[in-house]
Amino acid sequence: MIVTFILVAAGLVGATGLILGLFLGVASEKFKVEVDETEANVRAALPGNNCGACGFPGCDGCAKAIASGEAPVDQCPVGGPAVAAKIAAIMGTNASGEQADKKVAYVRCQGDCDKAKQAYHYTGIADCRDLAVVPNGSEKECPYSCCGYGTCVKACKFDAIHIVNGVAKVDKEKCVACGACVKACPKNIIAIVPYKKKHIVSCQNHLKGKQVKDSCSIGCIACGMCEKNCPFDAIHVIDGLAVMNDKCKDCGICAQKCPTGAITGKRPVKPAAPKAPAAAPAATEAKASAPAPAEKPAEQPKDTTSANA
Amino acid sequence: MLDLLLIAIKYSLVSNVVLSQFLGICAFLGVSKKVDSSKGMGAAVIFVIVLASLVSHAIYVVFMAASSPLCKALGLKDGLEYLTTIVFILVIAALVQLVEMFMKKNMKGLYDALGVFLPLITTNCAVLGVALNNVTYGYNFVECLVYGLGISIGFALALILMAFIRENVIEGNDSIPKSFQGSPIVLLTAGLMAIAFFGFAGLV
Repeated sequence: MIVTFILVAAGLVGATGLILGLFLGVASEKFKVEVDETEANVRAALPGNNCGACGFPGCDGCAKAIASGEAPVDQCPVGGPAVAAKIAAIMGTNASGEQADKKVAYVRCQGDCDKAKQAYHYTGIADCRDLAVVPNGSEKECPYSCCGYGTCVKACKFDAIHIVNGVAKVDKEKCVACGACVKACPKNIIAIVPYKKKHIVSCQNHLKGKQVKDSCSIGCIACGMCEKNCPFDAIHVIDGLAVMNDKCKDCGICAQKCPTGAITGKRPVKPAAPKAPAAAPAATEAKASAPAPAEKPAEQPKDTTSANA
Repeated sequence: MLDLLLIAIKYSLVSNVVLSQFLGICAFLGVSKKVDSSKGMGAAVIFVIVLASLVSHAIYVVFMAASSPLCKALGLKDGLEYLTTIVFILVIAALVQLVEMFMKKNMKGLYDALGVFLPLITTNCAVLGVALNNVTYGYNFVECLVYGLGISIGFALALILMAFIRENVIEGNDSIPKSFQGSPIVLLTAGLMAIAFFGFAGLV
């Protein structure tokens, strides 16, 4: 009896499915729509990550736009020149060459385990988005710092961002600027920047100078040196943080003048040494004495946590 | 005849599928942004519900009811009612596929406008609800037709009314407090519409 039940159930559902399947098969022949061959070929040439970096909902949307001529053949930032050349061959046009301004994601925080002071030891869920709702929002004293729990690492489909010494770091060669990490970061410290840009304000701390100095040795203290020395009016201290605008020529004067190193790309001070031997030791001495007190307290909480652990 | 009229009025207005039975809310909120696409969605849902209602009823009567020829021949006293959900879903899915193919060929603009909500009619509980309620209420073939029509017209009516309200009053209205903009005000509006439809209560 039970066997009959099972057989009847399987038979009925199977037969219904079969009949409907045949019916749909006939219908699909009748309502056939010619798929644009170019579009299908372009779609096949695209990487197929569906990451949305091109600005379309997915690779299908991008392929459609390229095939209809609405988007350039190098619309896909992930595939780069190789894919652009392939698509150009399909479309019968020339690729517009190398991407003029390749962009990459950049983590605007340098407060690694050595430079930023630790406020407490977090033992909750190992995800920045969970840590971000805990008071202070970070293990480090700086509430604007990179938590270092790797939510961006999980979001990256291209293995291009990793946690190095407590701070996320982008592999510029692997990064395709899809923006997944930018969206994932609860601290909003990752930005998309031009690949070639060297001088970037690598701090997001809006607090006052003293508070910044107490929590991190490489944060922006809003002293305004960069603003005063910029020849292009391209950097301003806004709301306690240096912000570059699009007038920036990437000359690097701000990075030279920055007393904390919060602006990246500072050249080493070597050439000055042989010129003025008297001044150089003084400078190095000053330098040596300056980071020392900043480094010491940075180590202290670490020691206590390790002692507790 | 009067019975049929009453079924049609009852299920299109009094027991409106969206506003008093709370079925098919997903499509109701998702496709009611523009009047044009809501009309297309309404038409697609009417087509699918009416056909699904009839086909599922036919399958039920012939194969699955305790009194059906199949069950009698096999000696199944209780019928195959436990299979209704899965078989009806199959029927609905096939019908939706058919509508999708038809629209892709003949109404490309509407097909693009409806987007993901067109295949989602498959899982629209209003459609399955109609097919299952046919069995529960013990309707005959004509009643199934009228019931399906009533429900689906009720759905289309609520959808298009909502689309008119959204297009003319809600979208881009700056006087809506910021915290209510977007979905919250739409849900509140749906609630107010449900209260308004409650006014039909004494009709049948």
